[in-house]
Amino acid sequence: MARLVVLGGGVSGHTAATFAAKWLGSAHEVVVVTPNAKWNWIPSNIWVGVGEMSKEEVTFDLAPVYAKAGINYKQAKAVSINPEGSELVNKPFVTIEYTLAGREGMTENIEYDYLINATGPKLNFGATPGLGDANGLGEFTVSVCTADHAVHANEEFQKSIQKMKKGERQKFLIGTGHGLCTCQGAAFEYIFNIEHELNKAGVRDMADIKWISNESFLGDFGVGGLHMKSMGFAVSSKIFAESLFTERNVDWIIGAHVNKVEKGKVHYELLSGEMGEEEFDFSMLIPPFAGVGLKAYAKDGTDITATVFAPNGFMKVDANYAAGAYENWKASDWPKTYQNPTYGNMFACGIAFAPPHPISKPMSSPNGTPINPTPPRTGMPSGIIGKAVAHSICDRILQGENAPLHEASMAHMGAACVASAGKGIFDGTAAAMTIYPVVPDFDKYPGTGRDTDYTFGEIGLAGHWIKHILHHLFIWKAKLKAGWTLIPE
Amino acid sequence: MSKKVEHNIKAYGNNFTTMTPGPFAIKLRTCKIWQFIRFIIINIKMLVVVRKSH
Ligand SMILES: Cc1cc2nc3c(=O)[nH]c(=O)nc-3n(C[C@H](O)[C@H](O)[C@H](O)COP(=O)(O)OP(=O)(O)OC[C@H]3O[C@@H](n4cnc5c(N)ncnc54)[C@H](O)[C@@H]3O)c2cc1C
Repeated sequence: MARLVVLGGGVSGHTAATFAAKWLGSAHEVVVVTPNAKWNWIPSNIWVGVGEMSKEEVTFDLAPVYAKAGINYKQAKAVSINPEGSELVNKPFVTIEYTLAGREGMTENIEYDYLINATGPKLNFGATPGLGDANGLGEFTVSVCTADHAVHANEEFQKSIQKMKKGERQKFLIGTGHGLCTCQGAAFEYIFNIEHELNKAGVRDMADIKWISNESFLGDFGVGGLHMKSMGFAVSSKIFAESLFTERNVDWIIGAHVNKVEKGKVHYELLSGEMGEEEFDFSMLIPPFAGVGLKAYAKDGTDITATVFAPNGFMKVDANYAAGAYENWKASDWPKTYQNPTYGNMFACGIAFAPPHPISKPMSSPNGTPINPTPPRTGMPSGIIGKAVAHSICDRILQGENAPLHEASMAHMGAACVASAGKGIFDGTAAAMTIYPVVPDFDKYPGTGRDTDYTFGEIGLAGHWIKHILHHLFIWKAKLKAGWTLIPE
Repeated sequence: MSKKVEHNIKAYGNNFTTMTPGPFAIKLRTCKIWQFIRFIIINIKMLVVVRKSH
């Protein structure tokens, strides 16, 4: 009997674990180690953050789902990996620390034959003074990155609405809280949901709404922007984004590295080197992401974290980490199998794998401060990669260790993204987009780097309907309800 | 409606060089019949990309 251990039960790890359990059956064991008792459909946190959904609508208990799937569920966080075992144990193992009520802090070593690291991001609030500390969110801004954060964001948002109803003008500042953030899409959704809700509450004219982000142009989204076919033109996402911001009367600051947050004020540095300050009454700033800080040890106990993980804490996989300057970047730098180059039975998927480099062109201010989005690994790629990795491991378990690995390169994969711009069954809107491939391939698609036959975007009520249906569909799938395997990632 | 969106443009400000939708384009965004048609088309387009990506 082989044992697959999956670290992280989020979008990518849950997909990998549930498919692996289905493909392997009861002859082999799948273990999931994840610190939360509940699964969270993170994209819908945006709606929790404006009071349009409750925390209960975007989360569900993992234990019954894993029991149904025959998955051994450990409510714990992984602390370290011993890919060669130790002087006492011959097999590789992970050390976990329980978060389960009643067992908090207890540790255990779990041996494995195959390991998937799908631990997602550490929300690195501590990178920007005032944004938060190493333990999480600070007191001046809000976040929508977890369901609990989103509940808190909504509480603060409702307070602002009440103030406006009493005649007090409010300044909203939404965006990214550091020069090296990713996930601009989430902030984009939140700012337009805020705007939509303020309209609904009848207080839009009492609000000044501003965007602040590390993108060098509006609509970069961490993927270097995209060109979409529209009215016979290949139109840059910059035009679409600027148009929407103008239509909704939202101003913007871009190319900004937020370097300090105080009560009611952020300090930032621009790509031009200029320093600035922006005041706010309500602010949601996405923190930068890092790896969750797993350590790795060799058999003799030597610390080999730097061998297994990149400096940002994400796990090294089959990517080209030596691509160098932007001019040398190739689509082929991006990983295909997500296998760790040192330990062949270890894989990483979703946000947890170390990308070879950003997708957007790296930039820095004259003071040397890097200000550019880091690459997003959104839901669809995270799910597809998780499934491909599970497929590879199952083949190796069932067919032998030389079975070929499955590939899922972000340079050969598209993504469908639906960015909500306001919730409402008849007055909601969302920007529905597809991008193909996620990582531009300028050799194959000269100019835009993407196939404009499969890269498109439009905003409207239809997008909102799709977003709403996807909410229910993905929660249905994650709960492993009838037909779950038919719902694509 | 179109005038209102144009009024948001600030001369030589951030948004001076962008395009703004007119009343018809804005109306279509929430026109149920048109959006139902778009719903079908967008779904087909997305499914094609999903198929190409798996
Ligand atoms: C507000 C918001 C909105 C978004 N909206 C969209 C959207 O509309 N569309 C889209 O495609 N994407 C969206 N995304 C991105 C999407 O959520 C991510 O791409 C996706 O969650 C990544 O999946 P993952 O499994 O890599 O990470 P996660 O889903 O974050 O899962 C990581 C898991 O690992 C667990 N973990 C952490 N540390 C450890 C440890 N030490 N040991 C074990 N487990 C650990 C975590 O608790 C978590 O369960 C959004 C993100 C945010 C923050």
